[in-house]
Amino acid sequence: MNIFADALNWILDPANYAGPGAIPVRALEHLGFTFLTLLLASAIAIPFGFAIGHSGRGRGLAVATSGGLRAIPTLGLLTLVALWIGIGLGAPYVALTVLAIPPILAGAYTGFEAIDRGAIDAARAVGMSEVQILTQVEIPLGLPLLIGGLRSAALQVVATATLAAYVADFGLGRYLFSGLKTRDYAQMLGGSILVILLALALEAVFATLQRIVVPRGVASTRLPVDRARSARPRPGMEPAITKGNP
Amino acid sequence: MFTVKRGRLAAIAAVAVGAVVALAGCASGDPLERGSTTSGDSKTLVVGSQDYYSNEIVAEIYAQALEANGVTVDRQFRIGQREVYLPDITGGKIDVFPEYTGSLLQALDKEAAGGTADETYAELVTALPSGLRVLDQAAATDQNSWTVTEAFAKKYNLTDIASLKNVTEPITVGGNSELETRPYGPAALKEKYGIETVGFKPVEDGGGPLTVKALVDGDIQLANIYTASPNIKSDNLVALTDPDGVFFPDNVVPVVSKKVDDTAAAVLNKVSAALSAEDLVSLNSESVNDQKSAKAIAAGWLKQANLF
Repeated sequence: MNIFADALNWILDPANYAGPGAIPVRALEHLGFTFLTLLLASAIAIPFGFAIGHSGRGRGLAVATSGGLRAIPTLGLLTLVALWIGIGLGAPYVALTVLAIPPILAGAYTGFEAIDRGAIDAARAVGMSEVQILTQVEIPLGLPLLIGGLRSAALQVVATATLAAYVADFGLGRYLFSGLKTRDYAQMLGGSILVILLALALEAVFATLQRIVVPRGVASTRLPVDRARSARPRPGMEPAITKGNP
Repeated sequence: MFTVKRGRLAAIAAVAVGAVVALAGCASGDPLERGSTTSGDSKTLVVGSQDYYSNEIVAEIYAQALEANGVTVDRQFRIGQREVYLPDITGGKIDVFPEYTGSLLQALDKEAAGGTADETYAELVTALPSGLRVLDQAAATDQNSWTVTEAFAKKYNLTDIASLKNVTEPITVGGNSELETRPYGPAALKEKYGIETVGFKPVEDGGGPLTVKALVDGDIQLANIYTASPNIKSDNLVALTDPDGVFFPDNVVPVVSKKVDDTAAAVLNKVSAALSAEDLVSLNSESVNDQKSAKAIAAGWLKQANLF
C-alpha cells in the first residue's frame, strides 16, 4: 500500500504546483481538452441525432455507424492521424471526437424516440409547424437523455484524454507517460488519481444538469410515473453507459 | 418516463467498480512481479528485451541461437525502458538481455566517465552488480544521437553537437518523455555547450515514425533518433557527430546472469562477433520498411551468418 502514500504525497507536494508542468495547469489543459472535444462531437452528432429522431429515418444506419466508431481503438486512430497531420493536439482531437460521437448521437435520437407520440400528435393538431414541434416539444422533452449521452461521452473522453500526451506536451497524461517511462509510479498513480477525480467531478456536474433540464411539466408528473414503472424498465430508452477505452 | 435515476446509479456503480479494480491492480506493489514461473526451472534461460523493436530483434537472435544449441528459452520481450527492467535483471529474473554498453553504464553509474567503446566496456564490467556479467560486445552499435534534418544542418552549417550554437531560430526538442531527464538531455546541451532549447515536445514512440515525421515537418528541430534507425537514410536526416562523448558508445552487448554457463556464453559470443553495425541497420530496416516479424528477421540473419 506504500505506493498509495507516495502517490498522495506526490499530489500534495507543493513542488508540483509551480512551473510549466504544474498540476493545476495540467488539470485545466485536460478539462479544456475534454470540453472542446465534447463541443466538436456535439456539433457533429446532435444535428444528426435530431434529424434521425425527428424523421424516424436512418436509425439503422446510425446504430451501425456509431457501433463501428465505438470499435475503433483510440490510440491506433490517434497514431494514424498523427502520421498524417503531424504531432500536436490535432490528432488527439480527431481521435477523441470519434470516441465521443456515438454516445452523444445515441442520446440525441433516443431522446426523441422516448417522447410520447401523443404529445407530438397533439402539437401537430394545435397547428404547430415542424420547426415549432422540434424546438418546443421534441428538444425540451428529449434533453434529459441527450445530456445523459453527453455525460457518458464526457466520462469516456476525460479518461481517454490522457492519450493526448502521446504526441503533445499536454494534459494529465504527461504524468502517466513520464511516470511509466522513468519508473516513477508515485507520479503515475498520482496522475491517475487526478484523472479519476476529474471524472467524478464531471459526473457530478452532468448528473445535476440532467436533473435540471427535465421540463417542469414532465417533472411534476414524473414522480408517480417513475414509481409506477420502476419495476419494469423499458428497454432501449437510455443511452448505454460504457466504460472509456483504456 | 425518464430513466435519469437509474442512469446515475449505473454510472456511479461503473465508476466505483472501475476505480476499485484499477486501484486493486496497483496495490500489489511491483507491477512486473511475475511470481516464480520465470526463475524456478534451472534449465530454462529467460531472455528479455526492451520495448524497442530493434532490441527485440537482437533478443530474438540470442533466443534462436541458444535454442539451436539445445537451450530451452523463455522469452520475456518488450518489457519497457531501462528503469523498468533493470531491477528485474539485477534481481535475477532475467538471464539474458541485449543491452547497449554506454547507456547501461550511465544507468548503473551516473558519474561514469565514458570514453571509447573499449573504455566504456571496461567501465561497464566493473560497474555491474555482483551476479551479473556482460559477454563480448558486438561491433554493432545503436547509439542515441542528436539528429536534425539535412536541410536544417545545411542551413546552419551543422556538423557536431556543439555547432548547434550556430542556430539562430528557437530549437524545440522532441522525443520520449524520459529524454527530458536523461544525462544527455536538453539540460546537458545547455550546461555543456550553452545551447538554449525553447521547449520539449514529447513524442512517445521512441524515435519511431511519429518522431521522424515531427522532425521532417519542422514541429521539432532536434530529436533523439537511434543511429541504427533506417529512417536516418530514408528521410534524409543527419545525426550530429559527438566528439566530446555526450553520448556514450552504445555497442550491443548481452548482459547475463549466473545461470548462463560457458556453453551458452560461447554461443552468445559467437553471435556478437558476427553482428556488425551494417547488419543492425539492415535488420532494423527489415522491420521498419518490410514489416517483417522479429522472429523472421532473426531467423534470416542466423541462416545467412551460418554460425551454428
